Amino acid sequence: MRAFTYERADSPQAAAQAVASHPEAKFIAGGTNLLDLMKLEVERPAHLVDVTRLDLKKVERTGDGGLRIGALVTNTAMASHPIVKRHYAVLSRAVMAGASGQLRNKATTGGNLLQRSRCPYFYDTSKPCNKRKPGTGCSAIGGFSRNLAILGISDACIAQHPSDMAVAMRLLDAKVETIMPDGGTRAIPIADFHREWGNTPNVENALRHGEFITAVTLPKPLGGTHVYRKVRDRASYAFATVSVAAVIGDGVQRFAFGGIASKPWRVEAAEKLSGADAIAKAVLAGARPTAQNRFKIPLTRRTLAATIEQAQA
Amino acid sequence: MMKFDTPAGPNPTDKLKVLDKPYDRIDGPLKVSGQAPYAYEYQDAAPNAAYGVVVTSTIGKGRIDTIDTSDAERAPGVLMVMTHLNAPKQNDRGSPQLQGAEIKQYGQAVALVVANTFEQATAAAQMLHIGYSQEKGRFSLDLLKDGELSQRAGNVDMGDFAGAFAGAPAKVDVTYTTPNQSHAMMEPHASTAVWHGDKLTLYLAHQVMHWVTSGVAGTIGIPEANIRAVSAYVGGGFGSKLVIYADAILASLAARKLGRPVKIALTRGQIFNHTTHRAQTMQHLRLAAGRDGKLVAVGHATYTGDQPGGGGEHASGQTKLLYAGKNRLIQTYLAELDLPKAGAMRAPGEAVGLLALENAMDELAEQLDMDPVELRVVNDIQYDPEVGPDRPFSERKLVQCLRTGAERFGWSKRNPKPGQVRDGQWLVGMGVSAGIRGNPVTASGTRVTLRPDGTVLVESAMTDIGTGSYTINAQTAAEMLGVPMAAVEVRLGDSALPRASGSGGSWGANSSTSGTYAACWLLRRMLAEKAGFDPEQAQFADGAIAAGDKRVALKSLVGGSPVTAVDSIEFGDLTKKYAQASFGAHFAEVGVDMHTGEPRVRRLLSVCSIGRVLNPKTARSQCLGGMTMGVGSALMEDLIVDPRFGYFVNHDMAEYQVPVHADIPDLDVVFLEGEDNKSSPMKARGVGELGICGVGAAVTNAIYNACGVRVRDYPATMDKILAGLMT
Repeated sequence: MRAFTYERADSPQAAAQAVASHPEAKFIAGGTNLLDLMKLEVERPAHLVDVTRLDLKKVERTGDGGLRIGALVTNTAMASHPIVKRHYAVLSRAVMAGASGQLRNKATTGGNLLQRSRCPYFYDTSKPCNKRKPGTGCSAIGGFSRNLAILGISDACIAQHPSDMAVAMRLLDAKVETIMPDGGTRAIPIADFHREWGNTPNVENALRHGEFITAVTLPKPLGGTHVYRKVRDRASYAFATVSVAAVIGDGVQRFAFGGIASKPWRVEAAEKLSGADAIAKAVLAGARPTAQNRFKIPLTRRTLAATIEQAQA
Repeated sequence: MMKFDTPAGPNPTDKLKVLDKPYDRIDGPLKVSGQAPYAYEYQDAAPNAAYGVVVTSTIGKGRIDTIDTSDAERAPGVLMVMTHLNAPKQNDRGSPQLQGAEIKQYGQAVALVVANTFEQATAAAQMLHIGYSQEKGRFSLDLLKDGELSQRAGNVDMGDFAGAFAGAPAKVDVTYTTPNQSHAMMEPHASTAVWHGDKLTLYLAHQVMHWVTSGVAGTIGIPEANIRAVSAYVGGGFGSKLVIYADAILASLAARKLGRPVKIALTRGQIFNHTTHRAQTMQHLRLAAGRDGKLVAVGHATYTGDQPGGGGEHASGQTKLLYAGKNRLIQTYLAELDLPKAGAMRAPGEAVGLLALENAMDELAEQLDMDPVELRVVNDIQYDPEVGPDRPFSERKLVQCLRTGAERFGWSKRNPKPGQVRDGQWLVGMGVSAGIRGNPVTASGTRVTLRPDGTVLVESAMTDIGTGSYTINAQTAAEMLGVPMAAVEVRLGDSALPRASGSGGSWGANSSTSGTYAACWLLRRMLAEKAGFDPEQAQFADGAIAAGDKRVALKSLVGGSPVTAVDSIEFGDLTKKYAQASFGAHFAEVGVDMHTGEPRVRRLLSVCSIGRVLNPKTARSQCLGGMTMGVGSALMEDLIVDPRFGYFVNHDMAEYQVPVHADIPDLDVVFLEGEDNKSSPMKARGVGELGICGVGAAVTNAIYNACGVRVRDYPATMDKILAGLMT
């Protein structure tokens, strides 16, 4: 691990300023991903700004009937919050499908959105990786790619987005609230928050350097039946091979997908179709699988069918 | 020295007042309270230890062209950087490290950085600049089917295999593959080296103490008498810790050079490529039977690979003993590879050999329209099929294991037609497998001391790698000397104590307790003589020695100084006269998600025949662990080779998946009553590996029964099952 300096921020804006003033600074909250990456020197921040003491741990209703979840609300607290469980059950279920109890107790709402890919070559500093070191090439292409993405990828990177929580947030049309070093704020629709890789897979989201997540807001509840179906090689503590988040009923039909793309994947146009085959075909349009992860295409279709069946049961 | 060369008659262990009782592990309280020191935790013995971090090769084959250590040497806290340019010369026969620019495998040590703190050493280790020339290596077994017939494997060509196979009415001719696997034990490999003058004490994580003293002494060129190895507690080994790696050698060399203790732990990521693994296999099974199900031809060819001089994975071995059949062709072909070195992993041979053989048996049963349990029963044989009735099994209760298990598991409810049972989204099936694991034994010694307060001290270089060695050796001494368990203290894992079997190959429990048995006999004789009793007639019970109506408390026989007996067991040729193995039958119920193909185990039962059970609790725990590992081998464990770099890509515990709690349902273990008087005076057999032998095949047979998909390429992951579901 590279030696680093450390400070504790006493306000969200001060945190943003502290990071903005240092080109190699990073925020640290739960640290469940960042510290692992620092130990491997995949991440090498020279300065850490600790935001864990900030007052961003509340879950509260918004004026328009929605919900604001503070950036530092832990995954455990969010998933077990009575409003989330009752009105945004797909989010609660997605969070509970991820990681382990210990990790969920430390991991935060804002941090979860910023999880980095689990591509094994990204994690290995001795191997070329455009995400870790732009311009070095992609080792995953032509390598071990069984778990990697088939959508939103490019010739530069085929890494998958790892979060379960973010898939449910994409389904729910969440917005990511941020503060800038100058005190300005913005609300980024989650659809625009994560990026497809293109030629810059090192840039994973819409945040600017120093921009700090303060909360995630959810629109008013959708009703319907909420399902989160996570498919994986073992029954717990594994990233999704494929996951499907769904809300069906009360005039709503929405689907978002994890494990298959560079970002939480949702194709709104597909939601107007009926039948899993038609929907899957539209969702998977443009998929570029490798020989090792081609199975994700039928797997996604079949998981979607199972999810619809479960929601309608 | 006690020689065990005739079957054991009645002896004091037959009382079973202490043995065969489910005592808790006597080391348990130390472990759960964090007081049992592991190799990296000897702060008292090495209070000022410096921290070493190993740097490993990032190519699979080639040479180091340049190595620039200047940045690392200037980094804060760095005490030393050792590379092949400045490492002390070591002996080739051993485990030499940093002896040249040649890279023979990925993960080979190329440097050691030692600093005042772990963090400093870790940071500086990243500051080396190493230039490599990469050469083309041989990394893929698929390309190497023309490997040499392994002479070490003891190939069998008996009768007329080709003719019998060709003429049989029912046959299978199938190929199975099993992947490279990693031991993934909990405690990383670690060493703390402390020199006093020319004497080295090495605290390390290892399974056999005298292999350390000979291996390390031989490598670094010091007399074996000058090294003491300590592995008092070991956090799992599974065979990985039978080998000496860079941590032990480099800690020893660096500590000597610095005049200061040095400790090194391999990182989790390094373990996958630097240490040994279970080698990949391709297994060609040809089984043929008459209409009655009796095998007429048994063919099992294993193709495996390893570095030059290595052994690969001899997955055909169990097929020599498991079933009858007059015509036999059993072979192992070994190819040279440049992957990391292969080595023993829990039940080397059987663990993956049975994954193939026991699936092929089910394929044969289906052809014969025969119940899989019955097929195994009709092919039972009570003697070594190669030798004939002159070499009977010492105790073989495979049929009883199968019958008992079938009854207890509810096998009669199994629908022989696949894909018929549904529970919601789950297709549910049952599978069975036979289990067999050889029963090696090896010389082992113990020192037993009766102390003035009447308590007993048992000391041996035996190791306890989480298995229960402390406890069963205490039970043996308590039984032999007639004292309560609470009066026995056990010290293990120190080469300064009498040389012992160590742990590996399922030999530890049987061998080490036999050594303790021998030492206790000697002590009994010494005490009887002190009491004036005939040693053959004296009874030891309730802390006293008695003969006729005379009774003397043991304590009163000890004056001011303790009475000590040292002895060891040596094993004669009973393993030649009698085929010896532990047997089991495994039953599995598995659900397969009808949509996704995800396999999930619902129930497992293992019925085991291991002779006398020394401690039903620790033995059961060994089975539970083996069964869990068997589920891993069937469903998920898979070290992935990237042939471009010649390495195992998934070198962490997130990507190399082993079962988690949610994958493991209630497990059921049954031990058949028995004793094996040809195995040892303890009348026990090995149990540490039996649990993994066959359970994975029961799982995959259950997958087939659940959904009609036979995956012949392990592990049976959802993508492979799904491909079958869609056809």
